[in-house]
Amino acid sequence: MSDFKIHLLVCGGTGCKASESARVAENLKNEIAGQGLDDFAQVITTGCFGFCEKGPIVKIIPDNTFYTQVSPADAKEIVDEHIVKGRKVERLLYLNPENNERVSDSKGMNFYKKQLRIALRNCGIIDPENIDEYIAREGYEALGKVLSTMTPEEAIAVVKASGLRGRGGAGFPTGLKWELTRQTKSDIKYVVCNADEGDPGAFMDRSILEGDPHSVIEAMAINGYCTGASEGLVYIRAEYPLAIERLKTAIRQAREYGLLGKNIFGTNFSFDITLRYGAGAFVCGEETALIHSMEGLRGEPTLKPPFPSVEGYLKKPTNVNNIETYANIPVIFNKGPEWFASIGTEKSKGTKVFALAGKVNNVGLIEVPMGITLREVIFEIGGGIKNGKKFKAVQTGGPSGGCLTEKHLDTPIDYDNLIAAGSMMGSGGMVVMDEDDCMVDVAKYFLDFTVEESCGKCNPCRIGNKRLYELLDKITKGNGVKEDVDRLINLSNVIKDTSLCMLGGSSPNPVLATIEHFRDEYEAHIIDKRCPAGVCKALMVYSIVEENCVGCTACARACPVGAITGERKQIHIIDQALCIKCGACMDRCKFNAVIVK
Amino acid sequence: MKEILRFAQNDKKADDSKNIEKKQNMSRIKVELRKDQIEKIGEICQSFNNEPGELINVLHKTQGTFGYLPAEVQEVIAKNLNVPVAKVYGVVTFYSFFTMIPKGKYPVSICTGTACYVRGAEKVLDEFKKELKIQVGETSADGKFSIACLRCVGACGLAPVVMVGEKTYGRVAPEMVKDILAEYKD
Repeated sequence: MSDFKIHLLVCGGTGCKASESARVAENLKNEIAGQGLDDFAQVITTGCFGFCEKGPIVKIIPDNTFYTQVSPADAKEIVDEHIVKGRKVERLLYLNPENNERVSDSKGMNFYKKQLRIALRNCGIIDPENIDEYIAREGYEALGKVLSTMTPEEAIAVVKASGLRGRGGAGFPTGLKWELTRQTKSDIKYVVCNADEGDPGAFMDRSILEGDPHSVIEAMAINGYCTGASEGLVYIRAEYPLAIERLKTAIRQAREYGLLGKNIFGTNFSFDITLRYGAGAFVCGEETALIHSMEGLRGEPTLKPPFPSVEGYLKKPTNVNNIETYANIPVIFNKGPEWFASIGTEKSKGTKVFALAGKVNNVGLIEVPMGITLREVIFEIGGGIKNGKKFKAVQTGGPSGGCLTEKHLDTPIDYDNLIAAGSMMGSGGMVVMDEDDCMVDVAKYFLDFTVEESCGKCNPCRIGNKRLYELLDKITKGNGVKEDVDRLINLSNVIKDTSLCMLGGSSPNPVLATIEHFRDEYEAHIIDKRCPAGVCKALMVYSIVEENCVGCTACARACPVGAITGERKQIHIIDQALCIKCGACMDRCKFNAVIVK
Repeated sequence: MKEILRFAQNDKKADDSKNIEKKQNMSRIKVELRKDQIEKIGEICQSFNNEPGELINVLHKTQGTFGYLPAEVQEVIAKNLNVPVAKVYGVVTFYSFFTMIPKGKYPVSICTGTACYVRGAEKVLDEFKKELKIQVGETSADGKFSIACLRCVGACGLAPVVMVGEKTYGRVAPEMVKDILAEYKD
């Protein structure tokens, strides 16, 4: 990298790619080549910068200039002004909404100030398709150190001392998991990387694979050495074509460099990685279901014990870890477990990556130390709620989690605090909701998801969740009765207590959490037949404001069911019994005479 | 209680009518495989050593070649891997990525992940349904468009997101739907 004076880093993450970042990179390259600057400046396509809200992102180093929302047409100006004349292109710099000042250095942006990047350390910095760039940033040093100076037991002790817990959701101590697999005696063992990110609204695993695939490969090799496995498998979603491509490239390069394959670093440790494709089943995030899916079966969970560490893939001991967990491993060896354990809270060490999305100003991928508060995440990093609306809740843990409300804003985020608040860490999806979101509808949305994704093996989950959905649907359509809330709570508890795996064991969480924090909204739907947020269509009432109506008959003509009556030049009336709440009248009216409540 | 029953019944009716429609769809697309197609499936199975454990990989590759997995294709795969057709069918119907109905020339996928949902994905979906006059999982009569829902494409910053084929559209509003479809006039 050091041969060039200037590097232009263009984000090649999925979000930015969708906004033509590939053409931005291409135009920059052409412009640089056209002006004969090839030896001076270099364009590098990197992984996700995290600031997806204002993509595509172009960052220029060494001066750290951070350009946002760059279009392919801006390439010429960036090269002419910044590269040739050394002047920053003001209009592309990030505009701080608080004081309306342009910020040129990303370090000065609120979005990055409170972040600490460990798992994402290389995302947006290196070219994920070039192994040399990973190696230049301490890549594969940890593997070398472990293989040449440590016994597997010593290496496991390091992971244990770091306090790292599984980042896939449940937070099981990683070192302990490795030790359990190590202790099972077997001729063949496997290590599996769970890259089947199924939580709707979470995309950290994909971003790590797209931005820094070698960190996962290195960690899996270390995991193989520690547990006694020589074969690694990555179970990855087929819906992530870019991540698959980059991972394949990375595996090929690692093999060429002798970092995968036989006798790595001249030791007698051999290890290689192959890919297995998921096919879109949320339940496959559960480790026993994932293992069955890798065996070519329906991804149905089985009872634990036996745990995979004893009997897993092809009945052999198997260690399953999540991508983000793996991405932390090389750093722990490079910087020491004490350093890692110094970050975070007493029982949750290190950092956590969150996919911050929903009604927040700065949507994106963030990595923050455990113990940060929701307020800091949403209002400082996230820049507050979109359009100045009022914060209502944040959903964490996806369909298995719950929602946190205003009273939780100052609770430090870690595994145990989130569970105590009735939610969970999950894989790190964080969807912010404002006053316009109906919590009954949100609970219904998640149940719809669970019903779809339930594998159907056991009754509480297959039938129970369907009944929960029906009750919620009934309430949102204005047919709820008072007893329904208690029915929801009872049924939820039964499903939680009797389901075989954590899909059913956690699926009622969104219902229980919304009832606990927003019971008044349920009651408004049931008793007043009203949706306070104005989301539930069946509960909306369209009416005509007499003062505004001029009697033009436009609305009556637009109504598909003839529910609007009234003569020309006279005030019109909507017959509520006939109205199907399609909103056609409101769209048509030019005088703001149709309102909805 | 009565109300619950009534609701359950309504729901059942809706479900049934959907199923019947689906079945009709299925029966409409009875396919007769040509000899070279059967051979091609055989090749795919062979490339995975006819290993039953590779079923999902075989299905991925076959769907990549044929576009979808009708019953007749499943039968050939079952024969090659020496497993019951029921097992193949069980796996095909279990995973949402596999489809037994051919997708349109331009498959429209609407992201209904949480982030897109709270930013109005459902209204966008309704508009596509209205414009194309088909439901989710169906293909238009001329075979041009099909609608599917996706769970998070990972571009939450652009929510709500719609994909037509490989092209991604961000921050889609219902008013944009007509223009998007117009790009695929041919």
